[in-house]
This record gives sequence, structure tokens and C-alpha cells, in this order.
Amino acid sequence: MKQKLIVIGAGMASGRVLEHLTEAAPDDWDITLFNAEPRGNYNRIMLSPVLSGEKTYEEIVTHDDAWYQDAGVTCRFGEKIAAVDTAAKTVTAENGDVLAYDKLVFGTGSNPFMIPLPGHDLDGVIAYRDLEDTETMMSLGAGNKVVVIGGGLLGLEAAAGMAARGVEVTVVHIMGHLMERQLDEAAGYLLRKSLESKGIKILCGANSKEIVGADGKVRALMLDDGTELPCDLLVMAVGIRPNVALAKDAGIAVGRGIHVDDQMVSSVEDVLAVGECVEHDGAIFGLVAPLYDQAKVAAATLMGETAAFKQKSLSTKLKVTGCDLFSAGDFADGETREDIVFRDPSRGVYKRLVIEGNKLIGAVMYGDTADSNWFFGLIKDGTDIEEMRETLIFGPAYQGGSPMDPLSAVAALPPEAEICGCNGICKGQIVDAITAGAGDLGAVRATTKASASCGTCTGLVEQLLQVTLGDEFELPAAQSICGCTDLTHEDVRRLIKSQELQSQAAVWQELGWATPNGCHVCRPAVNFYLLADWPIEYQDDPQSRFVNERKHANIQKDGTFSVVPRMWGDITNPDELRAIADAADKYDVPTVKVTGGQRIDLLGVKGEDLPYIWADLNKAGLVSGHAYSKGLRTVKTCVGTDHCRFGTQDSTGLGIKLEKILWGSWTPHKLKLGVSGCPRNCAEATCKDIGVVCVDSGFQVGIGGAAGMDVKEVSPLIQVATEEETIEVVMAVTQLYREHAKYLDRIYKWMAKVGLEWIQEQIGDLETRKALVERFELSQTIYRKDPWAQHAKEAERFAPLSDLTLEAAE
Amino acid sequence: MSWIDVGHIEDIPLRGARLVKTPVGCVGLFRTDVAEIFATSNSCPHKGGPLSEGIVHGQKVTCPLHNWVFDLNTGNAIGEDGSIETYPVRIEAGRILLDAQAVGKRSAA
Repeated sequence: MKQKLIVIGAGMASGRVLEHLTEAAPDDWDITLFNAEPRGNYNRIMLSPVLSGEKTYEEIVTHDDAWYQDAGVTCRFGEKIAAVDTAAKTVTAENGDVLAYDKLVFGTGSNPFMIPLPGHDLDGVIAYRDLEDTETMMSLGAGNKVVVIGGGLLGLEAAAGMAARGVEVTVVHIMGHLMERQLDEAAGYLLRKSLESKGIKILCGANSKEIVGADGKVRALMLDDGTELPCDLLVMAVGIRPNVALAKDAGIAVGRGIHVDDQMVSSVEDVLAVGECVEHDGAIFGLVAPLYDQAKVAAATLMGETAAFKQKSLSTKLKVTGCDLFSAGDFADGETREDIVFRDPSRGVYKRLVIEGNKLIGAVMYGDTADSNWFFGLIKDGTDIEEMRETLIFGPAYQGGSPMDPLSAVAALPPEAEICGCNGICKGQIVDAITAGAGDLGAVRATTKASASCGTCTGLVEQLLQVTLGDEFELPAAQSICGCTDLTHEDVRRLIKSQELQSQAAVWQELGWATPNGCHVCRPAVNFYLLADWPIEYQDDPQSRFVNERKHANIQKDGTFSVVPRMWGDITNPDELRAIADAADKYDVPTVKVTGGQRIDLLGVKGEDLPYIWADLNKAGLVSGHAYSKGLRTVKTCVGTDHCRFGTQDSTGLGIKLEKILWGSWTPHKLKLGVSGCPRNCAEATCKDIGVVCVDSGFQVGIGGAAGMDVKEVSPLIQVATEEETIEVVMAVTQLYREHAKYLDRIYKWMAKVGLEWIQEQIGDLETRKALVERFELSQTIYRKDPWAQHAKEAERFAPLSDLTLEAAE
Repeated sequence: MSWIDVGHIEDIPLRGARLVKTPVGCVGLFRTDVAEIFATSNSCPHKGGPLSEGIVHGQKVTCPLHNWVFDLNTGNAIGEDGSIETYPVRIEAGRILLDAQAVGKRSAA
């Protein structure tokens, strides 16, 4: 008999409860999840990177529709609970539905606190709490002015995110220095300096008096000294209040939050609470680590196991690019306390350790936080630091003899050392997962959740992989594109998007390239990234292309070229064949061959003849087959319903349509398609980058096939009913590949990195799909052209600039 | 020294190259990302790749066949044992001038 579980609120804590429950006992529960927001669970702590443009909303979704479906959770998103009757054990939904429960979990979270200043209800006064707030802030740009009230973690992340978008931001903070709960004055000063260098104006010790409006909309913030700060948007980020109204109405004991015991059970039997709505032992919670601990305990309690929630010391990191700060423990001055301080003003580094007795009780670091985990460990474990006191501030590298490299520092950590603060994962758990077969970062994330939330411990997890696996582990993040830069392909793609870099010069300058204009390794990649992300703003640069793509022909080992005209969907006719034969005769083509992609290849054409042979082929209606490009090559077809007695759909017709839509597009690597008319698969569609197999009920689209250095079968992406939808899916997945893959990764390699599931989610979501199709079409308005026709007009470029041998012979 | 006019600097794209046929063989003319031209033998000593079809970056060119990289100042292959001939070249009023003697052509005068 399944127990009925109702969960109110789809947040990070209740989401984690569901994960634990559905993993441990998937068949024991009949779960209904209510959420006032019209969506499922996403990683709220990553809203700041979304705001600054470093991540997209899709990237921070932790549970999507498919997850809830697989987990068997009934979702009622966009619906509030009107009342809870703990005697009858029922809840009443907003629409009047009454649902019975065996167990009830409150995950109602918190509400942002709005200071009741005059004018706080004006249009344009918001909190920073959810996706809607983030989107409001993201809609602003250069020329807009924003005031943020609150110089704490959230307020500063909001300010930095908007400043990165060119918004003029002023932070108004009532206390004497920023983040006073986590930082001391000196670190607060360094943080302020660094934020001011990003163009953010900061007023500390400033009291807000009134929000001034015009026509019902915010116009300015007035301070009590009479200063008026004009703004288009005012963001209040001054704190949260647990959301207890529903629980209180139901007669459950509340203080500041819903009272819970160590088992996360409220004052009423069978009613639990987790997350920011909770009050435990007088404390309320805003950081993610204790919420995850609570979730674990709540899940155990539900499953009838014994577990107890214990409050731990917490550490804080700010997610603002370029501001590296860390704080943990207690660092207020006191008579019994001593400080050890280290400053390096030229590097902007400040470290302060607070010691009481022989123990480290607090740490604040700014500018260099590499050793923060080690210090945090000392604080949490109450380690006796008497013997290393002299060199303590220099970190683990200086304890006991010669300095250690970062790897040995990680190796020296005890198994209990916490690596992932968000999820409370220790070194020992990660090492166990690695020895049990988790061989890369993705696998460690999947099995332990370490580094899967805010991601700041990714480097540590990678070092653990390195230490545990030794030479077997290749550090992926360390692979820069080439000697011209330390950045990886992924870094460069991300930065081109987020910093809106639209020219090669901008990339070299802003990303600090070590060479004047790259090299043969990085420049073709950067050229592709720019044209894929900025099709209108950036023009393809032939001088950044390999010879084949610059010459629109394949160079052969003797310096001659091969010419392959396009045959749409493998279909040709006698006129085209005659034109090809005539061209072969006229230009003394030594070899005529049918290619692996079912096109005719004229091999051995001299470079200077190229424009002329193209012009001749153009006259017969033949265009470039792009047999040389990192772009669409061929769409191979079978005869389908036209002639074949087994054909289920018009595979030839679909192939021709696809080829006419996709041709000319540049992709990270070559892109080959196949369309087979039935599962007998005569067009070998299942070993193409994108393959379509027609069946009676529609079209199966698979991706990630290859028959080259690696032989791969496609993985099923989606099945659709109509030809139109097939075309849309193919366009969308091509664009997704263009926007995200590393240059020279074929689809199967890209898929191995991002995961088929992620691609399926993107393509499965109709809005995302539509947007991808639109962006592909936009790009194709520029690139769906025959390069041969274009270059045939510039024949002189293909000839020698000058021939001095003729005169010499005279 | 006598100089032969082989073309205008704008005939060569920025970070691009063109070919000149001469009595001593094919000469590649390479333009960097400024008004600067280098002249070298067009043939890679490795497998004879046509260097004027390669990618020009900084004052270097990469052979299109197997990615040997040559310093256009010295003609030396970087990290490989090999080099290419370099030829004197000048730019006057936008015209590219090659040294007639060096490319094997008797003085026109």
C-alpha cells in the first residue's frame, strides 16, 4: 500500500527530499507536489550567473518535467494550497480540491523582506528572489539606472550582474561596510574597491527615507540626508522572512519559522518542514548546505529511519566574477581572541584568521581563497593549531616541511574534509565514488552530487580525480585551445556570448591572447565561434579558414584540388552528368570518382582552373557540394516510396528538402545526414551525424552517428509524426550543435560531453526548438549561397599574382 | 640591386598570401595584419605543401598539408628541422618589389 505524500513548495530543499525518497524507495510513495511558481525546481543560488549572462535558465534547472515523470511525482505547478486540516489530514487546493495525505511536507520557503518605506508598492520596486525578478533585471541594459538596497550577498550579486549588462548601479547599504555579517571591515573595503572598479557606485552608512515615484512608477530613492538617487528599477535585497502563514493558519507551532525538532517534524504528527521556512533550535536558514542536510534527515524520517539534523558552522563565497572572497566562523573582535593577518596590497590579498585558545574559530579571505577549505576544516573540526601557529596563515602548503603543490595539499586532506559545501560531501565519499568507477567530473557529480550545485569546488573535485586515478586521469579543464591562450574552447565560447565579443580583435584583446592574431589552431575555431554566435554582426574571415574552405575545394597531396558538385539528395539527371563529363574533359581531370557520400568527385584540378570549372558547372545548374567544409556535406537518401516496395515515406523528397535548407551552413565539424525510407536503412542513416529513419507512424531522428576514425551508431533523439516537424528538429539540433560544440567536435563527441538527455530536453521543448530554428534561419540568410558562383567572378585571385618566368624566356 | 614590380599590396588580403612564378620556382608573398610583406619559397621542405595556401598568423605561416610552421623572417621551421628560402622584398607607394637577382631574373635594363 503506497503512502500518500503531499509536498507544498518545489524548492531546493523539498526537491532534495524528493530525490532521496524516489531513489531509496520509489514504490512506497504516491507523491503530489504543489508549487505556487508555475515551474519546477531550479537552482536558485545560480540565479546570479544567469543574471550576469554566464549561464542560462535552462542550465540551472535541477528537475525538469521528465524527472518528475520518471520519479512518478504528480505536479501541480502554479497552484497554491488554500488550507491544511491536520486533524482530518487533508489539504485544500486553491481550486477547492481536497486531497488526503499520510505525510505532509512544508517547503514553503521564504518571502523577501520589503522595507515598508513610503513608495515600496510602486511599480518597479522588486526583490531578488525568483526567476521573474531575475528576468526583470535582465531586461535592463546600458542607459538604465538601478538602485539596490542592501549590501549583503544577494544585493551585491544582483548589482554585479546588472553592472555586467551595462546598467548604472548604485548600492545603498545601511551598515558601515559591505557584507558585514560575513566580512570584516578590511575585506569589506577590498570588496568595495573591486566592485567600484566594475563601475558600481556604493554608499555605505546610508539610510533610505522614501521611494519617490511618478505616475505610479518608481523614479528615485531619497536618502535621509536629502540625496536623491534617480532609478528605473529599485531592488530590495535586505533579507528573507520564513513563509509561515499557511502553517500558522493550520495551527502548527511557528516562531520566526515553522518549529521543527531534530527529525524535521513540526509540532503536529506526520507534518514535516524543510528549508527556509523552518526554525530549528532558534535558528533560521538561508544558505543551501544546511537545507540539504535537513532534506536528508526529513527523507530518512519519512522512510522510518533514524536521523538527526545538527547545525554546523557555515562558510560563504560570493558568486561575482573577479571578487574572490571567503568567510567562515566567528570573526568578531574579543578580549580572549587573537588575530593573524596577512596583507599583500599590490595583489589585493587580505587574509585574517581569528584564534581563541588553541583553536581557529573564524577566517576571512579576500583575493586568494585557494586554502579556504583547509581553514574551514580546521574551524569545523576544532583542530588544535598550537604547533602550526607560526605558519598557519600561509596555509597547508607550509605545514610540516617543504611547500606542497596543490595536488599534494588535496592528497593530504583527511577523508572527513568537506569538499562540496553545498551538498555536504566529504573527500572520502568522493574518493569512494571514484574508486567505484566514477572516472570523470560528470560521473562524480552524478553519483555524489559533489560540485553539482554552485560549482566552486569543481577544481577540488578534479584534483581528487587526479590524485585518486593518477595518470589515468586527464584533466579536462586544463586543456587550453593552444599556446596563444590559457582558456579552453568552452571558456572562449562562453565569453564570446557573455561579453558580446563580435570581432576577432575583440577576442584577442578582451581575452588576453598572447599572440597578435592567433595561430592556425585557435583562429579557425574563434572565427567559427564568432560567426555561429553573431551571424549578422560578424563576417566569416576566409584568412582564418583552412585552405580547403578558403579555396572551396579539397587540396590534394600534389597541390591540385578536387571538385565535387552538389547533387541534392543524391538525385541527378543526364544534363548534369553531361556537364560533369564535359568539365572533366575540358580541364584534363585525371580521376573521376564516386565519393563515399554518393557524389561525383573530379580529382586533380589545377588551382588556377578552379574558377573556370566552377563557372562551367554553374551554367548547368550545379553548385558547390561543400565536400571540403566543416559544414553540411551530403544528405544521403534511398528511393523511398517513389520506387521501393518497402518504403514508408518519401525519403528522397525529405532528403532533398533537408539538403536545400541546410546547405552552406558552417558547423563545428563536418555534418553528414542520411534519410532511409524504412528500417532496412539502405541510406545507412544510422551511422550519420544526423539520421532519419522513416517508419509507418512517422520519422525517427537519431544523432551522433559516425563512420570515420570512430564508428558510431546514432542515438535516438526523438520520433515525430510529420515531415515538417522532422525538418524543424533537424534544423534545431544543427543550430544547438553550432552554438555549443567545441570546434572540430563531431556531434557524437559533443553529445558525449553535454549528454543526449540535455539535447533531448532542448529539442523536446517546443519554444526552445522554435527559437533554435529561427536563429538557424537568420544565419542561413547569410550563408545559404553558392560560394562557387561568388568566387568564379574573382578568377584573378586564383592565379599567380605575377609570372616572371615568361619574360625570362624571351 | 634592381627591383621588379610584381603587384600592389592590396592584391594580397590581410593575413593572406599570393603566389609569384619566378625562374627560381614559385615564391609565396605573405601579408601580415599590417602593411608588411614577406617573400619566401612557396614549397614546404617536408612534403612540398604550397605555403601560400596556409594560414598566416603573426609573422608566421602554417603549411596547409601537415601544419609545419615557418618564421617568415628567417625561413626556419619552428620545432622542426628544416627551412625555406627567403627573398628580399620592398614596398614602394603600395607596389610590391622583388629583388630581380635573388629570384633569378637578369636585370631588365
